[in-house]
Amino acid sequence: MPELEQAPDRGGPAQPLLIVKGLAKHFPIGSVFRGRQVVRAVDGLDLTIAKRETLGIVGESGCGKSTASRLIMSLIAPTAGEIVFDGEHVGTAGGISLKEYRRQVQMVFQDSYSSLNPRLTIEESIAYGPRVHGIPHAKAVARAKELLEAVGLAPGQYARRFPHELSGGQRQRVNIARALALLPRLIILDEPVSALDKSVEAQVLNLLLDLKEQFGLTYLFISHDLNVVEHVADRVLVMYLGKVAEVGPGDAIFRRPAHPYTSALLASRPSMDPTRRRTEPPLSGDPPNPIDPPSGCRFRTRCALARDICANSAPDLAEIGHAHSAACHAVVPDSGYADSRRMVA
Amino acid sequence: MTGQPLVRARGLRVSFISREATVTAVNGIDLDLDEGEVLCILGESGSGKSVTLRALLRLNPKGKTVMTGALAVAGHDIMTIPDGRLSAVRGKVVSMIFQEPMTALDPVFTIGYQIAETLIRHEGISRREADRRALELLELVQIPSARRRLGAYPHELSGGLRQRAMIAMAISCRPKLLLADEPTTALDATVQIQILLLLRSLQQELGMGVIFVTHDLGVAGEIADRIAVMYAGRIVELGSTVDVMRQPFHPYTQGLMGATVHSGTRGKRLTTIPGAPPDLRFPFEGCAFAPRCSHASDACRESMPAFRHPGPGRAVRCIRVEDAEIKHSPKRVSAMA
Repeated sequence: MPELEQAPDRGGPAQPLLIVKGLAKHFPIGSVFRGRQVVRAVDGLDLTIAKRETLGIVGESGCGKSTASRLIMSLIAPTAGEIVFDGEHVGTAGGISLKEYRRQVQMVFQDSYSSLNPRLTIEESIAYGPRVHGIPHAKAVARAKELLEAVGLAPGQYARRFPHELSGGQRQRVNIARALALLPRLIILDEPVSALDKSVEAQVLNLLLDLKEQFGLTYLFISHDLNVVEHVADRVLVMYLGKVAEVGPGDAIFRRPAHPYTSALLASRPSMDPTRRRTEPPLSGDPPNPIDPPSGCRFRTRCALARDICANSAPDLAEIGHAHSAACHAVVPDSGYADSRRMVA
Repeated sequence: MTGQPLVRARGLRVSFISREATVTAVNGIDLDLDEGEVLCILGESGSGKSVTLRALLRLNPKGKTVMTGALAVAGHDIMTIPDGRLSAVRGKVVSMIFQEPMTALDPVFTIGYQIAETLIRHEGISRREADRRALELLELVQIPSARRRLGAYPHELSGGLRQRAMIAMAISCRPKLLLADEPTTALDATVQIQILLLLRSLQQELGMGVIFVTHDLGVAGEIADRIAVMYAGRIVELGSTVDVMRQPFHPYTQGLMGATVHSGTRGKRLTTIPGAPPDLRFPFEGCAFAPRCSHASDACRESMPAFRHPGPGRAVRCIRVEDAEIKHSPKRVSAMA
């Protein structure tokens, strides 16, 4: 009888579980009247995720974090770039097949309702993936019940329910159970708690951290909420308009942010102390339209440190500390920033 | 203080009637708001916070809603005022901003036209004069290149600018009371703080009273003078922002604070509130939070706890809280600071 097995660790502990190189997605837009334009939703993304770590991606709407997650999940085809999973290229001859890759990489979305089939009971939804991978129905359903137990939903009470009979928090638990059903090694969590109330958010975050221990999982955790990312992530990647602004260990990003955008994001958090309220917004304006991003550094239009060089050349991601990189002329020595003139607004 | 508070609600109940069930979303609220005061109603989904806010303008769907109790806003009795006169209150004395400016603004008219329309309707001024005032308002809410933006349609603006345009429309007639229903929830972090600071400065400049509904404790901390915590249709804790955030008394408020992720929780398990809020279709006796409360006793389940006053200006619906020595008039829920 076929049975799903945890895929073996092929590369050993030193081999990153996921390596993404130069990943890009350009969406064509525009019409016959306005001519062809492209949105560079993700424009050259490099990242690595070590085994059993949690990488957090933060950024504002339109920065490309959700497009990045869908590219990594292979839900949409990239314009450029490659993905290496545990040392094997994804979707190329001699590498790991797309079907096998998608079994080992699972995803949980923000909207818990629209990501479940409303016509399937939740045990059927959870059993669906394993059945596609050849597990007999009875066995897949039995496994679904175990998983419901693991995510804190009593199978006797919930297994036969439909998605609309559950609360948002319960549905998100079902989505997590479904993601676990194929014994994945990497789970992409795209804003998994953003739609939940605070008290439920805490329950789901605790559950995610428990499951990570229990099943030895690796997480890619995408969120706009810096507090949540600080809570769960080992390393943090900050995105701005399709590019990486800064990446580094959680401690370094939150205690010693290097990129002016990271600092501004951190300073935009409500202070949680009513006697020390913010008096000045750290940034003015909204993020620019990704259809027509600023030249050079994409953040320069909102940056207090911007100089001429920032408009003329786009900064590359450069190492500025231990495993800590930032894409900013102002923080990289020898970038020419020191000799450049202040921008005339 | 002179005479009446700006908002005065006593025993306000709002029920929604359908064929299947009657849901009492707001179940007896007493509330006072002074002129120029900012009150945050803090609660999770289904706590009745938005329904309370809508009740102040009688915006809940007619024919399906039953409102009882007493409710007066700026001297108008909202319970009895006829519909015809209500439209003179809406927008002029009390106005409202919503979470989603895209659905609150009319997509087929320009921003400038929509602001001017409000002014013409309430102030009876000419179109030319209204256009001039609309420009001033856009400048007041710090929209860059305001003159050009007057001719913009809602879809041509970014989320932050749309929210600013909606605020401009809401304050166009200098209302005495501004109602805000999660106006920053849909915005990015760097834009949210801009809008909060804008609202704070406008509130001080215009001396408006503001009732701000949010689920986010941090947002309440940035803007509110007082916080009212709602749970299952009732206010369970009320006090100044500093008091409530420094020393919450109600177990639900304490639970919310513990469950809020912030810097410093990394590596620790979050304390959670077990279970889920009650189903308001079924009436219940006693404290609505008792099934989720680790301190609950039989007395909690027997009857709804009355307000206790553990300090000046504070009120908590929990039998474990002791009244402070300070004398309070028992009918006055919200002592003025």
